[in-house]
Amino acid sequence: MRTASDVGIVGYGAYIPMYRIKAKEIARIWNVVQVPIEEKSVVGLDEDSITMAVEAAKNALKRANIDPRDIGSVRLGTESKPYAVKPSATIVAEVLGITPNTLAADLEFACKAGTEGLQSSIALVASGMVRYALAIGVDTAQGRPKDALEYTAGCGAAAYILSTKSHETLAYIEGSHSYVTDTPDFWRREGRFYPMHTGRFTGEPAYFKHIINAAKGLMEELGLKATDFNYAVFHQPNVKFPLTAARRLGFNMDQVKPGLLCDRIGNTYAAAMLIGLANILDMAKPGERILAVSFGSGAGSDAFSIVVQDAIEARRDLAPKVADYLGRRKYLDYAKYLIHRGKIRMR
Amino acid sequence: MCMSVPRYWRERAYRYRLVGTECLSCGRRYYPPRRVCPVCHSRNLVEVKLPERGVVVTYTIIRSPPRGYEKYAPYAIAVVELLDGTKVLAQLTDIDLSEVEIGMEVEAVFRKIREDGEEGIIEYGVKFRPRLTGH
Ligand SMILES: [Zn+2]
Repeated sequence: MRTASDVGIVGYGAYIPMYRIKAKEIARIWNVVQVPIEEKSVVGLDEDSITMAVEAAKNALKRANIDPRDIGSVRLGTESKPYAVKPSATIVAEVLGITPNTLAADLEFACKAGTEGLQSSIALVASGMVRYALAIGVDTAQGRPKDALEYTAGCGAAAYILSTKSHETLAYIEGSHSYVTDTPDFWRREGRFYPMHTGRFTGEPAYFKHIINAAKGLMEELGLKATDFNYAVFHQPNVKFPLTAARRLGFNMDQVKPGLLCDRIGNTYAAAMLIGLANILDMAKPGERILAVSFGSGAGSDAFSIVVQDAIEARRDLAPKVADYLGRRKYLDYAKYLIHRGKIRMR
Repeated sequence: MCMSVPRYWRERAYRYRLVGTECLSCGRRYYPPRRVCPVCHSRNLVEVKLPERGVVVTYTIIRSPPRGYEKYAPYAIAVVELLDGTKVLAQLTDIDLSEVEIGMEVEAVFRKIREDGEEGIIEYGVKFRPRLTGH
């Protein structure tokens, strides 16, 4: 999909909470030998999807250097809303000084909720309806104790502010492609606390099918091949899936590594690909091209081709980088982890 | 109930955004905002966005917390002097109590303050954490 007028990223920001738990520490409790990642991020006691979204969006605003009141749309994609009924986007918009003359909505599509926000923000900007649009992907992912997801379900946020492409934008969106089907690979029924998944079924017919078709659809539409991209970042539920998808699409390790953070922060669901993209923007040079592909169970993928612009050099240092958050770590043991994730009832 | 919902809602600008007031007669700044200057008694105060960085001037450890704060105890409450000199009383977060030091650089963050049980509203507001390096 291409827009009638080019849309760019005028600000971006990420947030990763300070706490980590080693996958081996979780494995120790359940007598498991093989673990899928090194460690994952865990929220502090006073953090949730709203507070993490605020910090990521504040970082995006610092880089954008715009008046928050000029933002006409806030789309917050998450599957871990603090309130079952009451939008999170209005709280984030209020904290950032964007209210009251703005659209605000929470979006849901498992781990694709963040890029679903990005897609609609691109359209809002391209149509001229709004000057700036803020899209956030955030999650405090929960896995059932002893389930395979417990090793990887992490916490994080990333935010992107879009505007019409200009010399002020840090990168621009060359095109996008969305690919969705009805696929029951992962779900959670209303009122249930933990999600269900279909094990092996999550790979081939879910993750790979959608990621690869969205990426291929985009590359065909733009007439680009893997070697035309300097970087590729994919949704990362573990380390193996994105590496396999990359290989099948013809990408090498050098293109994939900068955006692959799952080993250090886990699967941050709606934020996963978007934090990886932020890490790439933290280091990319003007003129470089990035392929970014999300995946959400249920299922679908959004693929974007993004070209870095000159303005990035002067503005990326205006806010903390992904590396700053990766470098700040405090390890929890399993008991402390249970408290942080609210799995121990205090009253 | 921790606090009335209407009161929390009315106060959200200063709770969410570190907005204080400045006395136009003597120049002093206050957080939380005041309507009357306690020093020169002027009523000529305007809202002002305060800087989000500062240093810990003094602190105390809360071990017997008021209702709604039980899960955070023990925690540190500090007087933070912001870059403009305004003094703010706030909870410290993302820190072990053994790491709290007078003079340490901190920055404002938006966090959950307390929850009204499992059914009531979630109160959010400003806390301070050790300053992140690299920006
Ligand atoms: Zn005064």
